[in-house]
Amino acid sequence: MISTITIDGKTVPFTEEQTIMDAALAAGVYIPHLCHNPEFKPHGSCKLCVVEANGRNVTSCTMPASPGMVVVNDTPELNEDRKALVQMLFVEGNHICPACEATGNCQLQAAGYYLHMQSPHFMHFYPPRRVDASHPDIFLDLNRCILCELCVRASRDIDKKSVFGISSRGIDSHLVVNSESGRLGDTSMAVTDKAAHVCPTGAILIKRKGYTVPMGKRLFDQKTLPEFHLEQQKRVEPEDGPDGG
Amino acid sequence: MADEKRKIRIATCSLAGCFGCHTSMLDIDERLFDLLEMVEFDRTPFTDIKHCGPCDIGIVEGGVSNAENAHVLKEFRENCKVLVAIGSCAITGNVPALRNNIDLWDCFQEVYLYDPGTEGKQIPNDPELPLPFDKVYPIYEVVKVDYFLHGCPPPANAIWKFLTDLIQGRQPETGHELLRYD
Repeated sequence: MISTITIDGKTVPFTEEQTIMDAALAAGVYIPHLCHNPEFKPHGSCKLCVVEANGRNVTSCTMPASPGMVVVNDTPELNEDRKALVQMLFVEGNHICPACEATGNCQLQAAGYYLHMQSPHFMHFYPPRRVDASHPDIFLDLNRCILCELCVRASRDIDKKSVFGISSRGIDSHLVVNSESGRLGDTSMAVTDKAAHVCPTGAILIKRKGYTVPMGKRLFDQKTLPEFHLEQQKRVEPEDGPDGG
Repeated sequence: MADEKRKIRIATCSLAGCFGCHTSMLDIDERLFDLLEMVEFDRTPFTDIKHCGPCDIGIVEGGVSNAENAHVLKEFRENCKVLVAIGSCAITGNVPALRNNIDLWDCFQEVYLYDPGTEGKQIPNDPELPLPFDKVYPIYEVVKVDYFLHGCPPPANAIWKFLTDLIQGRQPETGHELLRYD
């Protein structure tokens, strides 16, 4: 039996085991997110997808939908909170967009555009972070890591290599590489691995590909973040849709 | 004369920037004539006036990397009713801020002593030179900023849209197509 929830007053069907995010994306309702990717197990870390469900703030990518749930999503208040989260992600790392190969393809940047981020607002941390160019085909630039763990999940769950992990806690959390030297070049990671292609920012880059598509003709020059994320959802859905057509 | 409508007075400057934003301002091309119907320039590289007097709009390119930048920025804030940060350097520090993770003394040694192309091997220490700061700061971390115009540089069309909005008393809006961080 198909049950329904409402998101901003719109009735949205869901099936068992679907989260609010799953149901929303399947119905073409956009909830902003960065660490969620429908191809992977939800992680719930970026908090951009927080919605109000039955009066409580929850991460929609991890919260199972339940019959009759009333979800509030696209409000000025929630979008202001989301913008503040994006601003904090910007100042916590070193995101120098004009000098980044990923500019125009970066979801963090596109989230800033979508949420009308006019300034980083907070004081910049300018944290000292490492660049690892030891791999013959892949750059790892920790200046741009937002700790979404998509590469961790991809490497562990799809590539079965567990090349990446997160170490330490709180503000000291950082991405680590699973090799004795801690260098990417000393792992079995290959450029064809899923983990090499899931980074939402420019933390994991493929060497010698940076400017094959010129700035101005890149992903988010052509479409908005909601358009991109809703298309991403379509790619993982079975042909007949989640509700059996 | 008293009846003549007073023109909006604008000052601009480049701190730790590359003058790319100023070049982009000039890229509004023939619209410069329309702009000059509405505004007059105070201190700016275009007029070569050295100090900022009372102005309606101050436009600041570049971040704050030394004592002179901070001095100029404060002069702008004190004199301008509305202060605008133009370009990525003023808003995030941008490329000049890449030095923020390198010790300033190490940075100087690398540039003036170790680099094979340098002659004389001396770190400049003339008292006339402004004191460099340990880091390059976005201008909003030093003074209050009213508006931000992103881009490296912001496209001429975004500058034109922004300026005409501001001059004509509208809330400046740079929509998705004109909001770019690169």
